Amino acid sequence: MSIRHGLLALLDQGPRYGYQLRSEFEARTGATWPLNVGQVYTTLGRLERDGLVESAGEDDEGHQFYAVTDEGRSELRRWFDTPVPRTNPPRDELAIKLAMAVTVPGVDVAAVVQGQRRHSMKALQDYTRLKGRALAADTGTGGDLAWLLVLEQLIFQTEAEIRWLDHCESRLGQHAERQAAAAAEPVAAPPARRAVKSRDRGRL
Amino acid sequence: MTEELKPAKPVLHLDRVSRVHGHGAAEVHALRAVDLKVYPGELVAVMGPSGSGKSTLLTLAGGLDTPSEGQVLVEGIALGELDRKKLAAVRRRSVGYVFQDYNLIPALTAAENIALPRELDGVSARAARKEALAALEELGIAELADRFPDDMSGGQQQRVAIARALIGQRRLVLADEPTGALDSTTGESVLAVLRARCDAGAAAMMVTHEARHAAWADRVVFLRDGRLVDETARQDAGSLLVTAAANARKDDDR
Repeated sequence: MSIRHGLLALLDQGPRYGYQLRSEFEARTGATWPLNVGQVYTTLGRLERDGLVESAGEDDEGHQFYAVTDEGRSELRRWFDTPVPRTNPPRDELAIKLAMAVTVPGVDVAAVVQGQRRHSMKALQDYTRLKGRALAADTGTGGDLAWLLVLEQLIFQTEAEIRWLDHCESRLGQHAERQAAAAAEPVAAPPARRAVKSRDRGRL
Repeated sequence: MTEELKPAKPVLHLDRVSRVHGHGAAEVHALRAVDLKVYPGELVAVMGPSGSGKSTLLTLAGGLDTPSEGQVLVEGIALGELDRKKLAAVRRRSVGYVFQDYNLIPALTAAENIALPRELDGVSARAARKEALAALEELGIAELADRFPDDMSGGQQQRVAIARALIGQRRLVLADEPTGALDSTTGESVLAVLRARCDAGAAAMMVTHEARHAAWADRVVFLRDGRLVDETARQDAGSLLVTAAANARKDDDR
Protein backbone atom coordinates (compact mmCIF):
# COMPACT_ATOMS: atom_id res chain seq x y z
CA MET A 1 0.00 0.00 0.00
CA SER A 2 1.37 3.38 -0.91
CA ILE A 3 1.67 5.30 2.33
CA ARG A 4 4.57 7.10 0.66
CA HIS A 5 2.38 8.60 -2.01
CA GLY A 6 -0.45 9.24 0.41
CA LEU A 7 1.87 11.34 2.56
CA LEU A 8 3.28 13.14 -0.48
CA ALA A 9 -0.29 14.02 -1.54
CA LEU A 10 -1.02 15.49 1.89
CA LEU A 11 2.28 17.41 1.99
CA ASP A 12 1.51 18.80 -1.46
CA GLN A 13 -1.10 20.93 0.32
CA GLY A 14 1.48 22.49 2.64
CA PRO A 15 4.03 21.53 5.33
CA ARG A 16 2.78 19.23 8.08
CA TYR A 17 4.13 17.24 11.01
CA GLY A 18 3.78 13.52 11.77
CA TYR A 19 0.64 13.40 13.92
CA GLN A 20 -1.09 15.78 11.57
CA LEU A 21 -0.29 13.54 8.60
CA ARG A 22 -1.62 10.51 10.38
CA SER A 23 -4.93 12.09 11.32
CA GLU A 24 -5.44 13.57 7.85
CA PHE A 25 -4.64 10.24 6.19
CA GLU A 26 -7.20 8.51 8.40
CA ALA A 27 -9.83 11.20 7.92
CA ARG A 28 -9.71 10.53 4.18
CA THR A 29 -9.73 6.76 4.41
CA GLY A 30 -11.69 6.17 7.60
CA ALA A 31 -10.03 3.70 9.92
CA THR A 32 -9.67 1.36 6.96
CA TRP A 33 -5.88 1.44 6.82
CA PRO A 34 -4.91 2.85 10.19
CA LEU A 35 -1.40 4.23 10.49
CA ASN A 36 0.67 4.39 13.58
CA VAL A 37 2.91 7.35 14.10
CA GLY A 38 6.04 5.19 13.95
CA GLN A 39 5.07 4.17 10.42
CA VAL A 40 4.57 7.82 9.47
CA TYR A 41 8.00 8.86 10.72
CA THR A 42 9.76 5.87 9.14
CA THR A 43 8.16 6.74 5.80
CA LEU A 44 9.03 10.44 6.20
CA GLY A 45 12.63 9.41 6.88
CA ARG A 46 12.78 7.41 3.65
CA LEU A 47 11.12 10.18 1.65
CA GLU A 48 13.71 12.63 3.01
CA ARG A 49 16.54 10.22 2.18
CA ASP A 50 15.21 9.98 -1.39
CA GLY A 51 14.97 13.77 -1.69
CA LEU A 52 11.18 13.83 -2.05
CA VAL A 53 10.53 15.77 1.16
CA GLU A 54 12.67 18.08 3.26
CA SER A 55 12.65 19.27 6.81
CA ALA A 56 10.75 22.57 7.22
CA GLY A 57 11.68 23.51 10.77
CA GLU A 58 9.92 23.21 14.11
CA ASP A 59 7.10 25.16 15.69
CA ASP A 60 7.05 26.45 19.28
CA GLU A 61 5.72 23.13 20.52
CA GLY A 62 8.63 21.24 18.98
CA HIS A 63 6.66 19.69 16.08
CA GLN A 64 9.02 18.76 13.27
CA PHE A 65 7.47 19.96 9.98
CA TYR A 66 8.09 18.44 6.57
CA ALA A 67 7.57 19.95 3.10
CA VAL A 68 7.43 18.35 -0.32
CA THR A 69 10.34 19.07 -2.72
CA ASP A 70 10.03 19.67 -6.48
CA GLU A 71 11.21 16.13 -7.01
CA GLY A 72 8.52 14.95 -4.60
CA ARG A 73 5.89 16.87 -6.57
CA SER A 74 6.85 15.22 -9.84
CA GLU A 75 6.87 11.81 -8.14
CA LEU A 76 3.33 12.50 -6.92
CA ARG A 77 2.24 13.60 -10.42
CA ARG A 78 3.74 10.44 -11.88
CA TRP A 79 1.79 8.35 -9.34
CA PHE A 80 -1.52 9.96 -10.29
CA ASP A 81 -0.74 9.56 -14.00
CA THR A 82 0.17 5.85 -13.81
CA PRO A 83 -2.40 3.08 -13.32
CA VAL A 84 -2.01 0.86 -10.30
CA PRO A 85 -0.46 -2.33 -11.73
CA ARG A 86 -2.69 -5.42 -11.84
CA THR A 87 0.18 -7.77 -12.53
CA ASN A 88 1.31 -9.92 -9.61
CA PRO A 89 -2.14 -10.18 -7.97
CA PRO A 90 -1.99 -9.80 -4.20
CA ARG A 91 -2.04 -13.07 -2.31
CA ASP A 92 -5.62 -13.94 -1.42
CA GLU A 93 -6.01 -16.15 1.60
CA LEU A 94 -9.56 -17.19 0.70
CA ALA A 95 -8.60 -18.30 -2.81
CA ILE A 96 -5.68 -20.27 -1.40
CA LYS A 97 -7.94 -21.80 1.25
CA LEU A 98 -10.51 -22.97 -1.31
CA ALA A 99 -7.84 -24.25 -3.68
CA MET A 100 -6.55 -26.35 -0.81
CA ALA A 101 -10.02 -27.35 0.43
CA VAL A 102 -11.02 -28.93 -2.90
CA THR A 103 -7.88 -31.05 -2.95
CA VAL A 104 -7.62 -32.09 0.69
CA PRO A 105 -9.84 -35.11 1.47
CA GLY A 106 -12.34 -34.77 4.29
CA VAL A 107 -12.86 -31.01 4.05
CA ASP A 108 -16.50 -29.92 3.75
CA VAL A 109 -15.95 -27.36 1.01
CA ALA A 110 -19.61 -26.30 0.94
CA ALA A 111 -19.39 -25.48 4.64
CA VAL A 112 -16.21 -23.47 4.05
CA VAL A 113 -18.00 -21.52 1.30
CA GLN A 114 -21.13 -20.89 3.37
CA GLY A 115 -19.17 -19.95 6.48
CA GLN A 116 -17.20 -17.40 4.50
CA ARG A 117 -20.30 -16.08 2.76
CA ARG A 118 -22.02 -15.50 6.09
CA HIS A 119 -18.97 -13.67 7.39
CA SER A 120 -18.55 -11.55 4.27
CA MET A 121 -22.26 -10.75 4.16
CA LYS A 122 -22.04 -9.45 7.72
CA ALA A 123 -19.09 -7.30 6.74
CA LEU A 124 -21.05 -6.02 3.77
CA GLN A 125 -23.97 -5.14 6.04
CA ASP A 126 -21.58 -3.23 8.30
CA TYR A 127 -20.01 -1.32 5.44
CA THR A 128 -23.45 -0.48 4.07
CA ARG A 129 -24.57 0.89 7.39
CA LEU A 130 -21.42 3.02 7.61
CA LYS A 131 -22.13 4.21 4.10
CA GLY A 132 -25.67 5.18 5.08
CA ARG A 133 -24.19 7.29 7.85
CA ALA A 134 -21.55 8.78 5.57
CA LEU A 135 -24.25 9.74 3.07
CA ALA A 136 -26.38 11.30 5.80
CA ALA A 137 -23.38 13.25 7.14
CA ASP A 138 -22.19 14.41 3.72
CA THR A 139 -21.62 18.10 4.07
CA GLY A 140 -20.07 18.49 0.67
CA THR A 141 -16.46 18.64 1.82
CA GLY A 142 -13.81 16.62 0.02
CA GLY A 143 -12.98 14.56 3.11
CA ASP A 144 -16.48 13.04 3.24
CA LEU A 145 -16.31 12.16 -0.43
CA ALA A 146 -12.91 10.50 0.00
CA TRP A 147 -14.20 8.34 2.86
CA LEU A 148 -17.35 7.47 0.89
CA LEU A 149 -15.30 6.31 -2.09
CA VAL A 150 -13.07 4.15 0.11
CA LEU A 151 -16.14 2.63 1.77
CA GLU A 152 -17.71 1.90 -1.57
CA GLN A 153 -14.53 0.23 -2.73
CA LEU A 154 -14.82 -2.09 0.27
CA ILE A 155 -18.48 -2.68 -0.57
CA PHE A 156 -17.81 -3.59 -4.18
CA GLN A 157 -14.86 -5.78 -3.25
CA THR A 158 -16.88 -7.68 -0.65
CA GLU A 159 -19.76 -8.04 -3.08
CA ALA A 160 -17.37 -9.46 -5.67
CA GLU A 161 -16.14 -11.97 -3.12
CA ILE A 162 -19.69 -13.07 -2.29
CA ARG A 163 -20.54 -13.42 -5.98
CA TRP A 164 -17.42 -15.46 -6.48
CA LEU A 165 -18.45 -17.68 -3.54
CA ASP A 166 -21.90 -18.17 -5.12
CA HIS A 167 -20.13 -19.15 -8.30
CA CYS A 168 -17.83 -21.56 -6.44
CA GLU A 169 -20.88 -23.21 -4.99
CA SER A 170 -22.53 -23.81 -8.35
CA ARG A 171 -19.19 -24.88 -9.82
CA LEU A 172 -18.85 -27.44 -7.02
CA GLY A 173 -22.40 -28.66 -7.66
CA GLN A 174 -21.69 -29.06 -11.36
CA HIS A 175 -18.48 -30.88 -10.63
CA ALA A 176 -20.25 -33.28 -8.25
CA GLU A 177 -22.95 -33.99 -10.86
CA ARG A 178 -20.33 -34.75 -13.48
CA GLN A 179 -18.47 -36.99 -11.10
CA ALA A 180 -21.67 -38.89 -10.31
CA ALA A 181 -22.52 -39.20 -14.01
CA ALA A 182 -19.02 -40.39 -14.84
CA ALA A 183 -19.20 -42.98 -12.07
CA ALA A 184 -22.57 -44.27 -13.32
CA GLU A 185 -21.78 -44.25 -17.03
CA PRO A 186 -18.07 -43.92 -17.65
CA VAL A 187 -18.30 -42.96 -21.34
CA ALA A 188 -21.74 -41.42 -22.00
CA ALA A 189 -22.58 -37.74 -21.57
CA PRO A 190 -24.98 -36.79 -18.72
CA PRO A 191 -28.57 -37.78 -19.61
CA ALA A 192 -30.64 -35.06 -21.29
CA ARG A 193 -33.61 -35.43 -18.92
CA ARG A 194 -31.60 -34.14 -16.05
CA ALA A 195 -30.67 -30.97 -17.91
CA VAL A 196 -34.32 -30.22 -18.72
CA LYS A 197 -35.37 -30.73 -15.14
CA SER A 198 -32.79 -28.37 -13.70
CA ARG A 199 -33.76 -25.73 -16.24
CA ASP A 200 -37.41 -26.00 -15.20
CA ARG A 201 -36.50 -25.70 -11.57
CA GLY A 202 -34.70 -22.49 -12.35
CA ARG A 203 -38.04 -20.96 -13.32
CA LEU A 204 -39.75 -21.68 -10.04
CA MET B 1 -32.71 -4.51 16.08
CA THR B 2 -31.53 -6.19 19.24
CA GLU B 3 -33.26 -9.18 20.74
CA GLU B 4 -34.76 -7.45 23.76
CA LEU B 5 -36.26 -4.69 21.64
CA LYS B 6 -38.14 -7.15 19.47
CA PRO B 7 -41.86 -6.86 20.10
CA ALA B 8 -43.60 -10.14 20.66
CA LYS B 9 -45.65 -10.00 17.50
CA PRO B 10 -44.12 -10.44 14.07
CA VAL B 11 -45.77 -8.69 11.13
CA LEU B 12 -45.10 -11.74 8.99
CA HIS B 13 -44.85 -15.26 10.28
CA LEU B 14 -44.18 -18.21 7.99
CA ASP B 15 -45.01 -21.13 10.24
CA ARG B 16 -43.31 -24.31 8.96
CA VAL B 17 -44.39 -23.58 5.43
CA SER B 18 -43.91 -26.10 2.64
CA ARG B 19 -44.91 -25.89 -0.99
CA VAL B 20 -44.93 -28.80 -3.38
CA HIS B 21 -45.56 -28.34 -7.10
CA GLY B 22 -46.77 -31.26 -9.24
CA HIS B 23 -47.50 -34.84 -8.24
CA GLY B 24 -45.78 -38.20 -8.06
CA ALA B 25 -42.57 -38.45 -10.06
CA ALA B 26 -42.85 -34.81 -11.21
CA GLU B 27 -43.12 -33.58 -7.62
CA VAL B 28 -40.92 -30.58 -6.87
CA HIS B 29 -40.43 -29.40 -3.31
CA ALA B 30 -40.15 -25.65 -3.78
CA LEU B 31 -40.11 -24.99 -0.02
CA ARG B 32 -39.53 -27.38 2.85
CA ALA B 33 -40.77 -26.47 6.33
CA VAL B 34 -39.58 -22.87 6.28
CA ASP B 35 -39.93 -21.00 9.56
CA LEU B 36 -39.44 -17.27 9.37
CA LYS B 37 -40.63 -14.25 11.32
CA VAL B 38 -40.28 -10.64 10.24
CA TYR B 39 -40.75 -8.03 12.95
CA PRO B 40 -41.83 -4.38 12.78
CA GLY B 41 -38.90 -2.20 11.75
CA GLU B 42 -37.07 -5.08 10.15
CA LEU B 43 -35.86 -5.43 6.59
CA VAL B 44 -35.07 -9.01 5.67
CA ALA B 45 -33.30 -9.99 2.46
CA VAL B 46 -33.70 -13.43 0.95
CA MET B 47 -30.80 -14.76 -1.10
CA GLY B 48 -30.22 -18.03 -2.87
CA PRO B 49 -29.52 -19.50 -6.30
CA SER B 50 -32.32 -19.67 -8.85
CA GLY B 51 -34.64 -22.51 -8.07
CA SER B 52 -33.94 -22.30 -4.35
CA GLY B 53 -37.51 -21.14 -3.60
CA LYS B 54 -37.01 -17.40 -3.10
CA SER B 55 -39.93 -16.29 -5.25
CA THR B 56 -42.20 -19.04 -3.92
CA LEU B 57 -41.44 -17.80 -0.41
CA LEU B 58 -42.48 -14.31 -1.39
CA THR B 59 -45.71 -15.29 -3.18
CA LEU B 60 -46.75 -17.36 -0.16
CA ALA B 61 -45.98 -14.47 2.19
CA GLY B 62 -48.11 -12.19 0.03
CA GLY B 63 -51.07 -14.58 -0.09
CA LEU B 64 -50.68 -15.03 -3.85
CA ASP B 65 -50.17 -18.76 -3.41
CA THR B 66 -51.18 -21.26 -0.73
CA PRO B 67 -48.76 -23.47 1.15
CA SER B 68 -49.06 -27.27 0.86
CA GLU B 69 -48.33 -27.45 4.57
CA GLY B 70 -47.93 -24.93 7.38
CA GLN B 71 -49.48 -21.49 7.52
CA VAL B 72 -48.77 -17.87 6.73
CA LEU B 73 -49.75 -15.21 9.26
CA VAL B 74 -49.80 -11.50 8.46
CA GLU B 75 -50.25 -9.33 11.56
CA GLY B 76 -51.40 -12.44 13.37
CA ILE B 77 -54.08 -13.32 10.80
CA ALA B 78 -53.77 -16.76 9.22
CA LEU B 79 -54.23 -16.13 5.50
CA GLY B 80 -55.39 -19.71 4.88
CA GLU B 81 -58.48 -19.17 7.01
CA LEU B 82 -59.74 -16.17 5.04
CA ASP B 83 -62.23 -16.30 2.21
CA ARG B 84 -61.27 -14.75 -1.11
CA LYS B 85 -62.75 -11.35 -0.34
CA LYS B 86 -61.17 -10.99 3.09
CA LEU B 87 -57.83 -12.18 1.76
CA ALA B 88 -57.99 -9.51 -0.96
CA ALA B 89 -58.70 -6.87 1.70
CA VAL B 90 -55.74 -7.96 3.86
CA ARG B 91 -53.49 -7.96 0.82
CA ARG B 92 -54.66 -4.50 -0.18
CA ARG B 93 -54.43 -2.89 3.25
CA SER B 94 -51.53 -4.62 4.94
CA VAL B 95 -49.30 -5.88 2.16
CA GLY B 96 -47.43 -3.92 -0.49
CA TYR B 97 -46.09 -6.22 -3.18
CA VAL B 98 -43.46 -5.32 -5.75
CA PHE B 99 -43.60 -7.81 -8.61
CA GLN B 100 -40.48 -8.70 -10.52
CA ASP B 101 -42.27 -7.84 -13.77
CA TYR B 102 -43.95 -4.75 -12.18
CA ASN B 103 -47.58 -5.74 -13.08
CA LEU B 104 -48.70 -2.19 -13.83
CA ILE B 105 -52.07 -1.75 -15.51
CA PRO B 106 -51.32 -0.51 -19.05
CA ALA B 107 -54.52 1.54 -19.37
CA LEU B 108 -53.80 3.60 -16.23
CA THR B 109 -51.25 6.36 -15.73
CA ALA B 110 -48.50 6.01 -13.12
CA ALA B 111 -50.49 8.06 -10.59
CA GLU B 112 -53.67 6.07 -11.30
CA ASN B 113 -51.84 2.77 -10.92
CA ILE B 114 -50.51 3.86 -7.55
CA ALA B 115 -53.81 5.34 -6.35
CA LEU B 116 -55.89 2.31 -7.34
CA PRO B 117 -55.44 0.20 -4.19
CA ARG B 118 -56.33 3.22 -2.03
CA GLU B 119 -59.48 3.94 -4.04
CA LEU B 120 -60.49 0.28 -3.78
CA ASP B 121 -60.10 0.76 -0.06
CA GLY B 122 -62.65 3.57 -0.06
CA VAL B 123 -60.31 6.56 -0.08
CA SER B 124 -61.65 9.40 -2.22
CA ALA B 125 -60.14 9.74 -5.68
CA ARG B 126 -58.71 13.14 -4.83
CA ALA B 127 -57.08 11.99 -1.59
CA ALA B 128 -55.76 8.84 -3.28
CA ARG B 129 -54.18 10.92 -6.05
CA LYS B 130 -52.56 13.16 -3.49
CA GLU B 131 -51.04 10.14 -1.77
CA ALA B 132 -49.93 8.75 -5.12
CA LEU B 133 -48.16 12.00 -6.00
CA ALA B 134 -46.41 11.99 -2.63
CA ALA B 135 -45.25 8.42 -3.22
CA LEU B 136 -43.92 9.35 -6.68
CA GLU B 137 -42.13 12.29 -5.12
CA GLU B 138 -40.54 10.05 -2.49
CA LEU B 139 -39.08 7.88 -5.25
CA GLY B 140 -37.86 10.87 -7.20
CA ILE B 141 -40.15 10.37 -10.20
CA ALA B 142 -42.82 13.03 -9.68
CA GLU B 143 -42.61 13.92 -13.39
CA LEU B 144 -43.96 10.50 -14.40
CA ALA B 145 -47.38 10.99 -12.74
CA ASP B 146 -49.39 11.23 -15.93
CA ARG B 147 -47.39 8.87 -18.11
CA PHE B 148 -48.63 5.44 -19.14
CA PRO B 149 -46.53 2.32 -18.47
CA ASP B 150 -45.81 1.85 -22.19
CA ASP B 151 -44.16 5.26 -22.30
CA MET B 152 -41.79 4.47 -19.45
CA SER B 153 -38.46 2.65 -19.29
CA GLY B 154 -38.19 -0.57 -17.30
CA GLY B 155 -36.46 1.27 -14.48
CA GLN B 156 -39.21 3.90 -14.36
CA GLN B 157 -41.93 1.23 -14.29
CA GLN B 158 -40.09 -0.50 -11.50
CA ARG B 159 -40.07 2.64 -9.39
CA VAL B 160 -43.79 3.19 -10.05
CA ALA B 161 -44.41 -0.39 -8.93
CA ILE B 162 -42.47 0.33 -5.73
CA ALA B 163 -44.43 3.52 -5.12
CA ARG B 164 -47.64 1.49 -5.49
CA ALA B 165 -46.41 -1.00 -2.89
CA LEU B 166 -45.47 1.74 -0.42
CA ILE B 167 -48.68 3.78 -0.61
CA GLY B 168 -50.95 3.79 2.44
CA GLN B 169 -49.68 2.69 5.81
CA ARG B 170 -48.93 -0.86 4.79
CA ARG B 171 -47.24 -2.80 7.53
CA LEU B 172 -45.61 -5.35 5.26
CA VAL B 173 -43.73 -4.71 2.04
CA LEU B 174 -42.71 -7.67 -0.12
CA ALA B 175 -40.41 -7.07 -3.05
CA ASP B 176 -39.10 -9.42 -5.71
CA GLU B 177 -35.78 -8.12 -7.07
CA PRO B 178 -36.91 -4.49 -6.54
CA THR B 179 -33.72 -3.06 -8.04
CA GLY B 180 -33.38 -5.42 -10.98
CA ALA B 181 -33.95 -2.83 -13.72
CA LEU B 182 -32.19 0.05 -11.98
CA ASP B 183 -28.68 1.39 -12.30
CA SER B 184 -26.42 1.32 -9.28
CA THR B 185 -27.22 4.72 -7.74
CA THR B 186 -30.97 4.64 -8.55
CA GLY B 187 -31.18 1.15 -7.06
CA GLU B 188 -29.51 2.49 -3.99
CA SER B 189 -31.99 5.35 -3.60
CA VAL B 190 -34.87 2.86 -3.85
CA LEU B 191 -33.28 0.76 -1.11
CA ALA B 192 -32.86 3.88 0.99
CA VAL B 193 -36.63 4.50 0.66
CA LEU B 194 -37.37 0.92 1.67
CA ARG B 195 -34.90 1.18 4.54
CA ALA B 196 -36.52 4.42 5.74
CA ARG B 197 -39.94 2.79 5.60
CA CYS B 198 -38.69 0.00 7.86
CA ASP B 199 -36.95 2.44 10.19
CA ALA B 200 -40.38 4.07 10.53
CA GLY B 201 -41.86 0.77 11.70
CA ALA B 202 -42.88 -1.26 8.65
CA ALA B 203 -41.61 -4.78 8.02
CA ALA B 204 -40.22 -5.76 4.66
CA MET B 205 -38.86 -8.80 2.93
CA MET B 206 -37.07 -8.59 -0.38
CA VAL B 207 -35.69 -11.21 -2.69
CA THR B 208 -32.42 -10.26 -4.32
CA HIS B 209 -29.44 -11.97 -5.86
CA GLU B 210 -27.22 -8.94 -5.32
CA ALA B 211 -25.27 -9.04 -2.09
CA ARG B 212 -24.67 -5.29 -2.24
CA HIS B 213 -28.42 -4.72 -2.09
CA ALA B 214 -29.09 -7.43 0.48
CA ALA B 215 -26.60 -5.63 2.70
CA TRP B 216 -29.19 -2.90 3.35
CA ALA B 217 -31.18 -5.46 5.32
CA ASP B 218 -31.11 -6.12 9.04
CA ARG B 219 -31.05 -9.84 8.36
CA VAL B 220 -30.06 -11.85 5.34
CA VAL B 221 -31.47 -15.37 5.04
CA PHE B 222 -30.06 -17.93 2.63
CA LEU B 223 -32.25 -20.47 0.84
CA ARG B 224 -30.96 -23.71 -0.70
CA ASP B 225 -33.28 -26.27 -2.29
CA GLY B 226 -36.29 -24.89 -0.47
CA ARG B 227 -34.70 -24.79 2.96
CA LEU B 228 -33.45 -21.89 5.05
CA VAL B 229 -29.84 -22.87 5.56
CA ASP B 230 -28.29 -19.85 7.19
CA GLU B 231 -28.83 -16.27 8.20
CA THR B 232 -26.82 -13.26 9.26
CA ALA B 233 -27.75 -10.54 11.65
CA ARG B 234 -26.34 -7.08 11.22
CA GLN B 235 -23.55 -6.29 13.63
CA ASP B 236 -23.02 -3.03 15.30
CA ALA B 237 -21.95 -0.58 12.61
CA GLY B 238 -18.26 -0.18 12.20
CA SER B 239 -17.36 -3.07 14.45
CA LEU B 240 -15.13 -4.63 11.79
CA LEU B 241 -13.36 -1.42 10.96
CA VAL B 242 -13.00 -0.45 14.58
CA THR B 243 -11.51 -3.85 15.34
CA ALA B 244 -9.16 -3.53 12.39
CA ALA B 245 -8.06 -0.12 13.59
CA ALA B 246 -7.44 -1.38 17.12
CA ASN B 247 -5.42 -4.35 15.83
CA ALA B 248 -3.27 -2.17 13.61
CA ARG B 249 -2.49 0.13 16.52
CA LYS B 250 -1.35 -2.87 18.51
CA ASP B 251 1.16 -4.24 16.02
CA ASP B 252 3.28 -1.12 15.83
CA ASP B 253 6.10 -0.53 13.36
CA ARG B 254 5.72 -2.86 10.47
